[in-house]
Amino acid sequence: MMNKLIFGRFIPGDSVIHHMDPRAKLLLSFYFIGIIFIANNWPTYVLLFVFTLLAIKLSGVKWSFFINGVKPLIWLILFTVILQVLFSASGGHVYFHWGIITISQLGLINGVYIFCRFVLIIFMSTLLTLTTPPLELSDAIEYILMPLKVVHFPVYEVALMLSIALRFVPTLMDETEKIMNAQRARGVDFGEGNIFQQMRAVVPLLIPLFVSSFNRAEDLATAMEARGYQGGEGRSKFRILKWQARDTWATLAFAVLTAALIFLRA
Amino acid sequence: MSQIINVEHLNYRYPQQSESELTLHDVSFSVTAGEWVAIVGHNGSGKSTLAKNLNGLLAPVSGKITVDGQVLTEDTVWDIRRKIGMVFQNPDNQFVGATVADDVAFSLENQGVPRDEMLKRVADALAQVNMSAFATREPARLSGGQKQRVALAGMIAARPKILILDESTSMLDPEGRADVLATIRQMKADSDLTVLSITHDIDEAASANRVLVVNDGELVEEGTPAEIFQHGPALIKMGLDMPYPERLKAALKRQGVTVPATYLTEKGMADWLWQLISNK
Repeated sequence: MMNKLIFGRFIPGDSVIHHMDPRAKLLLSFYFIGIIFIANNWPTYVLLFVFTLLAIKLSGVKWSFFINGVKPLIWLILFTVILQVLFSASGGHVYFHWGIITISQLGLINGVYIFCRFVLIIFMSTLLTLTTPPLELSDAIEYILMPLKVVHFPVYEVALMLSIALRFVPTLMDETEKIMNAQRARGVDFGEGNIFQQMRAVVPLLIPLFVSSFNRAEDLATAMEARGYQGGEGRSKFRILKWQARDTWATLAFAVLTAALIFLRA
Repeated sequence: MSQIINVEHLNYRYPQQSESELTLHDVSFSVTAGEWVAIVGHNGSGKSTLAKNLNGLLAPVSGKITVDGQVLTEDTVWDIRRKIGMVFQNPDNQFVGATVADDVAFSLENQGVPRDEMLKRVADALAQVNMSAFATREPARLSGGQKQRVALAGMIAARPKILILDESTSMLDPEGRADVLATIRQMKADSDLTVLSITHDIDEAASANRVLVVNDGELVEEGTPAEIFQHGPALIKMGLDMPYPERLKAALKRQGVTVPATYLTEKGMADWLWQLISNK
């Protein structure tokens, strides 16, 4: 069941990318999504692809993982691309025209650009989640949210909630599997029949899962209190993040990329 | 010898109970520092409720609880919780950290222990329970017994004076149970830890210096394990378990099934049941 989820799946490894500070990875990934919009001609897109593929190469993660990352979203991407091709402002040579639908040279090029953007964003974010353990990501989010403490946003609590949620994902997966088997033993067919029958089969799965989640939450709260948890203030931290030279280099690489994009853009 | 826990005339009622009902009724006892006391009783007899009163997880209706010279009040509750380590029944539901080391560090983080000290204490504690090799593992990849040992490591790191085991071994297989009990014996040998174990397990009760029997919210009997075990079959009434296969056999016998006289493990019992069914 867990194998189906590419998003949020971590592939252990020993590459430079794996060892980067999760804060750097998270921020640079977001930054990358921003600078994609600087690109507006072939050289800039080619440059972005070369950069992304180099990063993937550096991570040592198999290409197939990235292709699999795009697959579930391919229809959404194609739908957007088709809308763009058919309805966007036209220019250049017009190949086809009917009512409000126009297929033009510029529209086609725009469609391809948008396709590239999607693929680049998915590749980069897949790279982030494949090379960063979820726990480190939640640490990074905690640091990044830290300024919100000024407006009394409960940063520590949210970070702890996030890490507990992540910790319970496999536990609940196991439990789902167990309940499914128990239901199967009583003759329930999962994945059979039409969509409504399938949805109905899920109800007797969700209810016990819900009940047990609440029981777990209560037990966990008791255990946390017994171990002296009194809220985020005054706690020391066991896990800390270290910004290292490689993170500075990565940031510089992105700066150079940005400069090159601005230079090359039309 | 000094008294580390002293409970006087403790009464407790859950908020949803009516005025006339009490889950704990006039419970008084004391525990000497360094002692191992087992609390036995039926499900619903109030033994877990008693444990949760000791560190203020539940607040009594009346009565006085003194732990290590401090009377339990709203002001002292956090001090007292530092002195009492508690390991619960379900290994999964008390695992807070995303990795083994994180979980061991949780109590220390709560106490605001500086990081250098924390690293040292976590490493030592994991070494003591033989889990050093698992420090970066996620709980999903551990067995129940290993998770309970991690919970114990969390206690070792936090250095409480009292350890309360609230049916900590009841969800484990026999092997995990033996591992956890061995770890607790080791912990007790290494320091002058006081252990209070709430249990159905006869081995665990036998490890204690003294056994308290709780029934219907009242303390009905008290004695050394040898004294209590003399009751024989009445033990079951007190909430001590016969091993599961034996109970299953007794139940089958009542249904008129001929059962093997020899002792079977759970696995052996399952095999025997399969044969019985397929021969029918």
